Amino acid sequence: MAKTAKATLALGPVLYLWQGEKWRDFYFRIADEAPVSHVYLGETVCSKRFHFTEPHLAEVIERLENAGKQVILSTLSLVTLERESRHLRGLIADSPYPVEANDLSALGMLHGTPHVVGPMVNVYNAATARLLASRGASAICLPPELPVTSVERIVGETPDVDFEVFAFGRLPLAISARCAHARAKGNIKDNCQFVCGDDPDGLPVRTLDRQSFLALNGVQTVSHTCQSLLGELQDLAAAGISRFRLSPQDCDMVAVAHIHDDVLAGRREAEDGLAHLGQIYPDVPFSNGFHHGQEGAAWIARARNTAHGVNA
Amino acid sequence: MELICPAGTPAAFREAVDAGADAVYCGFRDETNARNFPGLNFSREELAEAITYAKKRGVQTFVALNTFMRAGNEDIWYRGAADAVKAGADALILADFGLMAHVAEHHPQQRIHVSVQASASNADAVNFLVDAFGAKRVVLPRTLTISDIARLARQIRCEIEIFVFGGLCVMAEGRCSLSSYATGKSPNMNGVCSPASHVRYRQDGQELVSELGDYTINRFPEGEAAGYPTLCKGRFEIADDKSYAFEDPVSLDVMDQIDALREAGVSALKIEGRQRGKAYVAEVVSTLHRALAASAEERGRLLSRLRLLSEGQRTTVGAYEKRWR
Repeated sequence: MAKTAKATLALGPVLYLWQGEKWRDFYFRIADEAPVSHVYLGETVCSKRFHFTEPHLAEVIERLENAGKQVILSTLSLVTLERESRHLRGLIADSPYPVEANDLSALGMLHGTPHVVGPMVNVYNAATARLLASRGASAICLPPELPVTSVERIVGETPDVDFEVFAFGRLPLAISARCAHARAKGNIKDNCQFVCGDDPDGLPVRTLDRQSFLALNGVQTVSHTCQSLLGELQDLAAAGISRFRLSPQDCDMVAVAHIHDDVLAGRREAEDGLAHLGQIYPDVPFSNGFHHGQEGAAWIARARNTAHGVNA
Repeated sequence: MELICPAGTPAAFREAVDAGADAVYCGFRDETNARNFPGLNFSREELAEAITYAKKRGVQTFVALNTFMRAGNEDIWYRGAADAVKAGADALILADFGLMAHVAEHHPQQRIHVSVQASASNADAVNFLVDAFGAKRVVLPRTLTISDIARLARQIRCEIEIFVFGGLCVMAEGRCSLSSYATGKSPNMNGVCSPASHVRYRQDGQELVSELGDYTINRFPEGEAAGYPTLCKGRFEIADDKSYAFEDPVSLDVMDQIDALREAGVSALKIEGRQRGKAYVAEVVSTLHRALAASAEERGRLLSRLRLLSEGQRTTVGAYEKRWR
């Protein structure tokens, strides 16, 4: 039964453009050292980036599988071009691994095949979750925007599906046909020169009053804050969440995984874990507002401890 | 091509019908639609009356139920669908798969249109919705060029409706949480974007500052017209450069491309603006109605007059033109 199994950690796809070797070495280390059960691989943001990581995909998969990780291939979240559709069709037809659908076309192609539904697909209620389950979804990573009241309801009313939530990382907030990242550096998308590769953790967007606000990642916009549900892991696991997604940032993700593993297993207090997390990924405030039904940028400290209640 | 016109009030609805709309779209006065603004939208009685008014004049009514159902409160959306069907809606504009499945099962005769909020941006996505829920029309996201649309039209098994005039989403619709990141309220969950309840203007020396939640969205020096702080149309700082990072405060206008859109296989042209007053709706609808029937030369004259309506406001063809990317 999905709901009684012990919750585990999953590593989401790298959202940023990392150079091929850096990307490969990152996953080698994850394979060797990170306490994660599932690893999502694949470019989900921009099809122009495919060639950076594809040469390394086979060896990364092999290393991860040898380490006992379940590999899942993630699809592009905004598919508009014919060559993107062709790529997707090929990936789904040829993949010996489960596929995570991040747009409606992937959902359509995966009908009847066991698959994972990614956080970019709008699952806001159990009616939708059950519908997707009836078409073959065996796991669903819920959208980061969902409040815990909805998460609990959906999990409670959708048996036989493993649910995952976005537990660590800058929040993917929007995606566009236009590349704000390329434009910020004087290019346009069709002649972008891959400038997003210069910002492996996103390009900061500040307000005119110099408040840190957002970050650009190619055609995607992510939050300045880093969502952390470290303080909520145990409650969510008790509510039936099967997996917690750690979304790679340009920091020591092996250490991030260990902290989550320790807190989830009860070996470490969440407050202590958060303090350590703040050292591993410094200068970026944590947020958990979406989880609490408030603005996503907010940090809602747990009642008995307000020591980490700082936020930009 | 049909002209699909917005109505945020019964008065605007009648104006749109009288001005030459082929169909008018509107929503209930609650969170079930993506223009859930104070003072806007329709009660059950108002919708029934509006539909009767439209039917007598051969005009269709589309009812938008295009937010995502809140877990545990699905009944609000199911009731909305049932009431719209009962009132005689010609189509329901839906975004949530769960709601589409419900309508397909409980109201099998009802025409389903796929809302732009559903993010069906390619042929496989559209055909998935046609196969799964019997969708008859898709409103395409503002992420495609006209040649993308032409290619799509040949590959899908339903009609195409596109936005041609009015507000412009810079981000793929239905996939944007920028508003809720800053305010807690989103288009998907609450039917609002950058809601007025979270907007504040303050004077800072010579500058007028517009804020959304805790964030500065723009600063206007004296003499510069201050716009509404829609998050993606704000001015921000990247490195040391201050600029409109996502999009200038422009609105969409692709009426110059009517012939190309018709050739591409578009069935219906949609005007954004359920939040607009009845005078605006009347003027835009009547002008675009005439422009559709006019010669190319006459059309240019009609459209340039319409552009005066958005005084000083610049327009863009958005993603319909490749260079916008």
